[in-house]
Amino acid sequence: MKPSAAAPEQRDIDVERAQLTDALAETWKTPSGLWGALATVDHKIIGRRYIFTAFVFLALGGVLAALMRIQLAQPEARLLGPDRYNQIFTMHGANMMFLFAVPVMEAVAVYLAPLMVGTRNIAFPRLNAFSYWIYLAGGALLWIAFALDMGPDVGWFAYVPLSGPQYGTGKRADIWAQMITFTEISALAVAVELVVTIFKQRAPGMTLDRIPVFVWAMLVTSFLVIMAMPAIVLASTSLILDRLVGTHFYNPAEGGDVLLWQHLFWFFGHPEVYIIFLPAVGMVSTMIEPFARRPAFGYLGLVMALIATGILAFGLWVHHMFVAGLPRLGDSFFTASSMAIAIPAGIQIFCWLATLWDGRPVFKSPLLFIIGFIITFVIGGLTGVMVASVPFDTQVHDTYFVVAHFHYVLIGGAVFPLLGAVHYWFPKLTGRMMSEALGQWSFWLIFVGFNATFFPMHILGLEGMPRRIYTYQPDLPWHGLNLFVSVSAVILTAGFLLFFINVMRSARFGEIALDNPWDAPTLEWATTSPPPSYNFAMIPVVGSLHPVWDDRDGLPVADGLRTDRRELIVTTLATAEPQAREASPQNSIWPLWAAIATTIMLIWSIFSPWAVVWGSIPAAVALIGWFWPKGTPEDES
Amino acid sequence: MREKIVLDLGKLPLHGMGTASVTWWGTLAFMLIEGTGFALVIAVYLYLMSLATAWPINTPPPDLLPGTLVTLILLTSLIPNILLSRWAEQQDLRKVRIGMVMMSMIGTLPLIVRIFEFPALKVSWDSNAYGSVVWTLLGLHTTHIITDLVDTLVLAALVFTRHGRSPRRFGDVQDNAMYWNFVVATWLPIYGCIYWLARL
Ligand code: HEM
Repeated sequence: MKPSAAAPEQRDIDVERAQLTDALAETWKTPSGLWGALATVDHKIIGRRYIFTAFVFLALGGVLAALMRIQLAQPEARLLGPDRYNQIFTMHGANMMFLFAVPVMEAVAVYLAPLMVGTRNIAFPRLNAFSYWIYLAGGALLWIAFALDMGPDVGWFAYVPLSGPQYGTGKRADIWAQMITFTEISALAVAVELVVTIFKQRAPGMTLDRIPVFVWAMLVTSFLVIMAMPAIVLASTSLILDRLVGTHFYNPAEGGDVLLWQHLFWFFGHPEVYIIFLPAVGMVSTMIEPFARRPAFGYLGLVMALIATGILAFGLWVHHMFVAGLPRLGDSFFTASSMAIAIPAGIQIFCWLATLWDGRPVFKSPLLFIIGFIITFVIGGLTGVMVASVPFDTQVHDTYFVVAHFHYVLIGGAVFPLLGAVHYWFPKLTGRMMSEALGQWSFWLIFVGFNATFFPMHILGLEGMPRRIYTYQPDLPWHGLNLFVSVSAVILTAGFLLFFINVMRSARFGEIALDNPWDAPTLEWATTSPPPSYNFAMIPVVGSLHPVWDDRDGLPVADGLRTDRRELIVTTLATAEPQAREASPQNSIWPLWAAIATTIMLIWSIFSPWAVVWGSIPAAVALIGWFWPKGTPEDES
Repeated sequence: MREKIVLDLGKLPLHGMGTASVTWWGTLAFMLIEGTGFALVIAVYLYLMSLATAWPINTPPPDLLPGTLVTLILLTSLIPNILLSRWAEQQDLRKVRIGMVMMSMIGTLPLIVRIFEFPALKVSWDSNAYGSVVWTLLGLHTTHIITDLVDTLVLAALVFTRHGRSPRRFGDVQDNAMYWNFVVATWLPIYGCIYWLARL
């Protein structure tokens, strides 16, 4: 292919360093002002927004949790009625799973993965912008509906027939189902971007065995998203069809089946747990290196464990349905696979322990959160093995034992690593350090508060307290522990508050961060804190798994890229040999228009099937505007 | 960090084709998503079928004619489609233009026959679960034909503008052709399901 001869091109080799960074900054900039903010496709800006929004949803979901705990602190409390309570636990669960946990993990990767693989922007940056707007719209839909007393009240997994046309009257269940559609579109979009970024945009020389573990984790997670999310899209769409146009998927009277819902939901729902968990363990494996001051023990084992977990995740869904009366053999198979998944988890835990054992650990707040994670997650994993056995599960199904179990794995297994990650990568994102003293305080409050809140729930469950009850009678033996749980939740909340205060204070007044404050080995630390719009003035050339440690005398880089168009390097899948100097799309407002058109179509379609027909026209127009070439240098080649 | 230059990338092409193109991989990923979706709807079909005492529920099996006609049209369309992809690979703009116009017209044909295919199912989506799942299968596939057709039309317009003569456009044409192959390939199991499983 011949390079275009017409325009005189500007290359990085032709200019001095200062001119080079000026030219790149001009080419890659996000203009200031509202329009610039709406049209930007910079993965760092969008990633930051995503992370911020997800934490807002965490805080909102936390407020709901606090309300539940106040209500349950004493028997026969009058703060919340049964209807409001139903909405609140459904909102809490749906919000935490779909608006916080999954998006926040993808958000961190949107920010970090391109930096860690040494490229200048994520693949399909406009799709990335679109996915954020869709996510925001889905979250707004759920919370605005809740404010209007239209919040879903059918539990976060919306079992039929409760959510079907017969019992779930009104639009509450449709709000749940359509919120799913929004979040799944955005999650799928990000998954595609991440797969392609990790496959094709790695820095030259970053062969498969030189990919940071967090990036591996996100690759596996993205495939889980791609394979699992279509199931929930199908489930929620068919539910809306049943409710809106009278199909009979879930109506046994006309040949439908209610268990079909549970199969579809959990075929997605169980991998979902790993969609939340795998990024978290990836973060741990990556963060542990600078704090243990040695390479993570067993890189191959860690990566293989991620892949094995990803595959096994699809063989587990039936363990959520043990009490639904399935054939015996089915149960045994799923018990075995549920227990088998403990093996890769165990391998990773031993690798981390070995890393710490052999290292010279520095107990800064990120490492505290890692240790807190290991302890909590092991407890959650143990109760997991317990509920994988059918007789035991039959006893504790739908009790607080299960509530305790999944908060141990979700908060212990995902939120702890995430909080550690915030402390760890905060300097990269903001250019400032978080306060270490506040970090330690918030760790201890959260760790103690968490265990004191959730451990007694195991006992409550064994004592027979069902989940999803809005109150209980005074003569039941539960009130002492419930009061204890609620008081402990105050400690937990205080810990989270302190964490948020630390973030906000440090963002403005924190100590200025160096480029690599932790002496960490991965590529995001090879650029400035925060990184410039173009990430790297010259694309790094990678020779090892720990490029920043191994090339202390100077990072090997490549030149020859143009500075007058957004250019990045496409490399081969396995060995990362350079293949092309590809253009990366410029800022564009069209993703926002496309998101608005899609939002109108999706919300309208809760009320009328014709919305899909008429609503798709503006969406198509917006997509054409998005893809039509604008004659910029990025369009040439 | 200090840097040392070890590699010159100036000789690389300004755009990668085939597996060197990110859009090619993106298209593949979307095909994986949608392929999973199709497989799941087929799984739902089989699941409901396994529960029913008689299948189809209270209706005769669908008429073979329109569906088989669509199958033949789709299969035949593969020939010009693969040719078009080849011309795009050779970057022959004149032939690509002809091919795009041809595929725009061929893409509308199955949609016309589809209009007769829905009544030929002889069941409504709200009659029973069987009706719901066959309408969903057919509807989902029809949506894919429509989206690919719209994409083809826009791209056909584009190759007649000054933006046509660019490796990037030829890459788009190839990706679009690959997607059409996918739409045809996914139809075959759906066709087998709707028309032949109902006759077992
Ligand atoms: C921050 C502290 C948290 C507290 C105090 C808390 C408290 C609770 C309580 C009391 C319930 C049970 C409601 C009931 O069954 O009546 C519950 C349910 C639930 N929580 Fe949390 N939670 C917290 C954080 C989280 C997080 C971070 C996640 C997810 C990442 C989460 C996911 C869920 C889910 C999925 C349910 C089930 C909802 C349902 O039954 O439909 N929670 N939570």
